[in-house]
Amino acid sequence: MADKLPALSDQTDQSNQSDERKRSGNPPAIELRKLTRTYGSRTVLSEISLEIRRGELFGLLGPSGSGKTTLVKQIMGLDAPSGGTVTLLGERMPVRSALQRVGYMAQSDALYNELTGRENLEFFASLYGLSGARRKERIGSVMKLVDLTEHLNKPTAAYSGGMKRRLSLAVSLLHEPELLLLDEPTVGIDPVLRRSIWEELLALRARGITIVLTTHVMDEADRCDRIGLIRDGKLTAVDTPEGLKQTSGKATIEEAFIALGGGTAT
Amino acid sequence: MRARALALRIIRQFARDRRTLALLFLAPLLVLTLMYFVFNGQEVKPDIGTVNYPEAWQEKLDQAGAHVHSYSSSAEAEVALRDGKLDALLTTEGNQPSLRLEGSDPSKSKAALLLIQQALQQEIRIDQTSSAFSAKLLVSYEHGEGKLTSFDSFGPVLVGFFSFFFVFLLAGVAFLREKTTGTMERLMATPIRRYEIVSGYLIGFGVFTILQATLIALYSIHVLGLYMDGSIWLVLLTNFLLSLVALTLGTLLSSFAGTEFQIIQFIPIVIVPQVFFSGLFNLDAMNPWLQKLSYVMPLYYGADAMRGIMLRGERFADIQLNIYVLLAFSIAFILLNIASLKKQRAF
Repeated sequence: MADKLPALSDQTDQSNQSDERKRSGNPPAIELRKLTRTYGSRTVLSEISLEIRRGELFGLLGPSGSGKTTLVKQIMGLDAPSGGTVTLLGERMPVRSALQRVGYMAQSDALYNELTGRENLEFFASLYGLSGARRKERIGSVMKLVDLTEHLNKPTAAYSGGMKRRLSLAVSLLHEPELLLLDEPTVGIDPVLRRSIWEELLALRARGITIVLTTHVMDEADRCDRIGLIRDGKLTAVDTPEGLKQTSGKATIEEAFIALGGGTAT
Repeated sequence: MRARALALRIIRQFARDRRTLALLFLAPLLVLTLMYFVFNGQEVKPDIGTVNYPEAWQEKLDQAGAHVHSYSSSAEAEVALRDGKLDALLTTEGNQPSLRLEGSDPSKSKAALLLIQQALQQEIRIDQTSSAFSAKLLVSYEHGEGKLTSFDSFGPVLVGFFSFFFVFLLAGVAFLREKTTGTMERLMATPIRRYEIVSGYLIGFGVFTILQATLIALYSIHVLGLYMDGSIWLVLLTNFLLSLVALTLGTLLSSFAGTEFQIIQFIPIVIVPQVFFSGLFNLDAMNPWLQKLSYVMPLYYGADAMRGIMLRGERFADIQLNIYVLLAFSIAFILLNIASLKKQRAF
């Protein structure tokens, strides 16, 4: 990656402290028990057990085709598991009420191009039960966060790729979720925009929002509190970036990934 | 609440999409108008050739509505018939009149045959004036006063068909696009219920469906002058129910399609067979076992009701079975649709 992201150690420490406070008495954000998904004879996810704490910025790192997106869909209840359980914010999935507390952003932007940015937001806000002044206030707030306020009344078709990505992120933040689940939030995005999205994510974490994202970019993984390495549907290691480097005795996440995952990273 | 938001979104999207609006509202009117001009034009006069025919008889043929061409030699007439200038050739062999038809177009042959038979029947009647018994047949019509053109006869079916066809296509594509652009997955990640998605589509599309059904019905009755003997409200009700079936069927089938092109592929499989069984073509000649296929075709019930109302002035009691069947089709498709959304979300 051409752009080097700034070190974030201070912020990490800060939020870890707030994590401690939030965590007490709260069930984990995500709890997976022996989660398995097979399609016919093909095993896409194999006995994944994982606990993601409240307030964490957790990265799922793995090459394309390793099962990251399937795992995200399992967590959201969009796809039924073949075995094992998913518990989301203390609620055993699949259950509809948990979705009210989760913000989700898929790989595709999933916007209605005929509609303006505002109309897209109004629509999704209504699905989350927001209306009237509250809805207006939330739309103003998320658009300010992703810096799209001046483009509110433009049709989404006229947005650039990066603007669509940011609008998509704004949609996932509308209902003030406790947990953000982002599938490859920075894929196909230029370095400048990538940095701005990361700044937004870090700001959200600082507010105590749990963030789980998938990525196959190694230096992004370095900025997470903890990383889970996925290869061929198996969770091969879960640790802090530093911990992974130490365990493997390597200097970078990339090398650690290859050493721990057993194979070549893409 | 969520269903209303979905309906509002669909209406907004449609309002932005002028071309799709035009397809929904103007395309049916255009096709109906073309149909009107094709099937409602001047009455066709068959060209009938005669060889050495009495002047009086020729005059009768002319009065009956034929173009009579008189030839002096049968060879000359035969050539004209072969070249397609004549539809029929009337000669006399001894005392017996003899008719030779051109034959390549059954409808023209029939028209010529009918006209000649009528003309000759008058002949017989005149010959029998002395008889106490009159051979004249008194003809009257139960429906339509004998003024119905072919357009009047299948127009009601067309009105129903266009509502059905265009709504099917648009609903199918719109629902499918939701899947291909990823917005369906995004919807499923919100706390929306599956039935709220389906009802949102029903309300949003329903608005346009009612408008379209009304426009098509009013245009064909008041502008094209389609024969109309019954209640306009029943016509609108039937048309709306047909569109509802099309809407629910279109969205249901779109879950079995991966691309817009695959929606188009449903047309020859789902739409075209229904046209054949809708009453546009007379099915009496068909194998009775095959005729029963029409019972599973929604368009058959809609077309039957439309014809009953517009041509025979039938009331609700007469067409209620059709109405109930259309409703049952819609409800079945809606339930299947809600169930098929399980493919998009595990619950």
